[in-house]
Amino acid sequence: MNLEGLLAQLLAAAVALVGAPLVTGWVNQCRAWLQNRRAPPLLMPFRTLHKLFWKESVVAHDASPVFRITPYLVFGCMLLAALIIPTLSTNLPMATAADAIALVGLFGLARLFISLAAMDIGTSFGTLGARREMLVGFLAEPAFLMVVFTASLISSSTSLATTVSALAHREFTILPSLAFAGIAFTMVSLAENARVPVDNPTTHLELTMIHEALILEYSGRHLALMEWAASLKLFAYSCAGLAIFFPWGIAEANDHVALLWALPALAAKLAIGGFLLALIETTLAKMRIFRVPEFLATAFLLGVLALLVHLLLGA
Amino acid sequence: MGSLPELLAIDGVMLVVVAWFAIGLAGIAALHNLAFVARVLFPLSASLSLALAGFALPALPGAPQVAVLAIGLPDLPFHLRLDALSAFFLALLGLASAGISVFAGGYFRQGEGTAPGLLCLHYHLFLASMAMVLLADDAYAFMVTWEVMALSSFFLVTTNHRIAEIRRAGFLYLLVAHVGAISILLCFGVLQANTGDYTFANMRAQSLPPFWASCAFGLALFGFGAKAGLLPLHVWLPEAHPAAPSPVSALMSGVMLKTAIYGLVRVNFDLLGSPLWWWGVVALVVGLATALFGVVFAAAQVDMKRLLAYSSIENVGLIVVGLGLAIVFAAYRMGSLAALALVASLYHCLNHAMFKSLLFLGTGSVLHATQERNLGKLGGLMRFMPWVAWTTLVGVVASAGLPPSNGFVSEWLLLQGFLFTGDLPNPYLRMLVPVFAAGVVLVAALAGYVMVKFFGVIFLGRPREEKLAQAHDAGGLERLGLAWLTAGCVLLGLFPVAVIEVMDPITTALVGRGLALSGRAGDWLLLAPMSAERASYSPILFLLVTAAVVFATIVLVRRFYHGRVRRAAPWDCGFPAQTARMQDTAEGFGQPIRQIFEPFYRMHRELPTPFDAAPRYKVTVEDPLWGWVYLRIAAATEAVSRWVGMLQRGRISIYLLYSFLTLVALLFLTQA
Repeated sequence: MNLEGLLAQLLAAAVALVGAPLVTGWVNQCRAWLQNRRAPPLLMPFRTLHKLFWKESVVAHDASPVFRITPYLVFGCMLLAALIIPTLSTNLPMATAADAIALVGLFGLARLFISLAAMDIGTSFGTLGARREMLVGFLAEPAFLMVVFTASLISSSTSLATTVSALAHREFTILPSLAFAGIAFTMVSLAENARVPVDNPTTHLELTMIHEALILEYSGRHLALMEWAASLKLFAYSCAGLAIFFPWGIAEANDHVALLWALPALAAKLAIGGFLLALIETTLAKMRIFRVPEFLATAFLLGVLALLVHLLLGA
Repeated sequence: MGSLPELLAIDGVMLVVVAWFAIGLAGIAALHNLAFVARVLFPLSASLSLALAGFALPALPGAPQVAVLAIGLPDLPFHLRLDALSAFFLALLGLASAGISVFAGGYFRQGEGTAPGLLCLHYHLFLASMAMVLLADDAYAFMVTWEVMALSSFFLVTTNHRIAEIRRAGFLYLLVAHVGAISILLCFGVLQANTGDYTFANMRAQSLPPFWASCAFGLALFGFGAKAGLLPLHVWLPEAHPAAPSPVSALMSGVMLKTAIYGLVRVNFDLLGSPLWWWGVVALVVGLATALFGVVFAAAQVDMKRLLAYSSIENVGLIVVGLGLAIVFAAYRMGSLAALALVASLYHCLNHAMFKSLLFLGTGSVLHATQERNLGKLGGLMRFMPWVAWTTLVGVVASAGLPPSNGFVSEWLLLQGFLFTGDLPNPYLRMLVPVFAAGVVLVAALAGYVMVKFFGVIFLGRPREEKLAQAHDAGGLERLGLAWLTAGCVLLGLFPVAVIEVMDPITTALVGRGLALSGRAGDWLLLAPMSAERASYSPILFLLVTAAVVFATIVLVRRFYHGRVRRAAPWDCGFPAQTARMQDTAEGFGQPIRQIFEPFYRMHRELPTPFDAAPRYKVTVEDPLWGWVYLRIAAATEAVSRWVGMLQRGRISIYLLYSFLTLVALLFLTQA
């Protein structure tokens, strides 16, 4: 691990920690504009986090240590995820520690603990949320992996850094397999990040909520960490999508000039992506929970299709 | 040093086998002395297990060692052989059974069916026979020890033989075991290729024509599949595992299923020589079907041990998928990829031995503390049984195949293997195999669902019954056993490179290539089966960074803000009468899966009407294969028997007529 790699890694961590709430704030702003509301300021998520960190944490009498350790664990998982996805540069020493399959496993680990923590209190909402989260998870995870497989087969590597360099260097053609994979990935990201049409991040209606039901019992700093982790997850998914499908602008190792350009490029890409997300969320209606399996099964099939298209057509 | 220490290994293994046998006999001598059996014999046996692993592991890289035992029929001695594959499975047996035997010392109580001494005999016969199966080098020794293994485990399953249901489960197990044994015997019959020499050395030397080789493969898959629980011969597993005492379930699921896998590997890669590619496809199809079936049914179970039994079926399916992939690669002479798939498969054997034993032992402690196997009557046990809960949590993460546990390593290796199928020369296979990868991924994701249900319903939430508040944590020996297996799960997860290096001689012997990680990646931290650019995974770094982030977050939050916590009642949604019964039940948690995979199940639902005074909801999920396959076979057998039975009229004149007709027919034949 050289010094430069370490610096790139620390930079990636800082960008993720600061950028994640910004992305969430930006999406909220765009959505408010699209819905003809007055938008909250861009820095609103930071203020919320600051407020929550100051508040005291209320923990249920029956809560076990699993409940209290989970926010930290989930936060750690999401930060690690943000560390291994090439956001600014492909020179990431951590990227060798976990490849794309491990990334999916990392999200799975966070999901397992968040669901267990929700079941820990023993309220009906917690278990309901855990059940729904696992339902979404077990369908979204394979679809995500199919997308990852397609990208890995094109670049003959499951290491995200190698994949990104390989994809960035090919000539610009729209590969049909990547197109299918892109649609599948978008669907998975919507589901995994508790977005419309699968879940609504702004609702507390018991019939529909998934993510909010999971973190219903959290308060104070625990809630702050959970919220931060959720925005890190959105950030990580966005960056993973950008890295696989729009890898241009990410700096290679030892390319310092490109590193200067990488941050504005990332900001621009995230801004466009966030606006599109807000657009999707505004124009689509939330679907019934039992339509979610169909939605995600479609994503899964699209992912398998992408894989087959690549293997059959070599494209 | 030369050959002296190598000579010792096989003798050492035999010594352990004999010592186990002696412990069993000592148990008979102290038939009702529970304290002696539990506190002395079982821990002693656990140390012998460690010795077994200690003998087997150093023998792994060495040359195969052979021995001929004078026991057996005249002119038909037992041939034994300790090669890399046997040594690996012996080490697995030793490492897993060490934890299980220690736990068993604290587990067995007085008055549970069979007397403790007799139980001790069965248990150690079971252990000894499994070791002998792994050593056997001729069909005769293999079948005899295989039968001893089946019978001793049958007696262990029926420990509580006073319960009719358990006797029935035991019978089913015995039946399937023997159907499988017949098939294995026939397989050996094919393999010896009419030479009359049933030693494995002779079978290795034969090269069978493709038809007979395929017959041998089919018979082996059927025979060993019956023991491993492959579809459609899995039915005994969900019956026998809940019936058996927990350490026995752990031993059966963790170790005995692996002897079947050992048999499959031995026949396919060692005795048969060069496999055909379509065998691999058959194994892939059967394995994936088994895995999917197992996990989908595990999600619908309400009995914790049945849930684990179905989860075992799933894991065996995954192992066979890995073997299938290895066969496909081996058939096309892609040595290093075959090695990768085989390593994934064998690694998963080892992992499953650890985490499934751990989970079964955990359920044993829960069962003793609460007398409940039904998930719907458990809950909140984490507060009363922290030791069991935390160790089980490690097993749960491993079983869900999540990093940085050991379950993830083998899954990762298997998926890496699938990613190389693009290099296969056969275009149909290139097309087909990624679909299997999709299936494997689905199974892995569903396993997470099952494990959240398992752990969440038993250990988290609020106790669903009053009596659970009196549940006691596991005792000292039980804790030691649980801790041993937990440590196994953690270490296997954190040091995959070291484990795979140990496994290199096996793949070198079977498919001609090893993964040789140390030579290439040059870094013991980094697991990179092909090249670091292609794929790499470093569990230690993974764990360290996550732990560092968690620790730093805790410190920083306390430094810049505060660490105050207030305990309060959970939010009651404005409805004050919140009770523990409002939590999801096991049925409720499995409901989405039941809805999505409805065609898989045979479900009976009893739904209450709005006017019921005492509304009851009941749902039972049955195995559809039971009706489709087994009941039909039973009905057909009955019909044939009835038809044959018509011959028996019970009158002497009729039988004399048969004799007369037979005589006439024979005379006619001899003349012609």
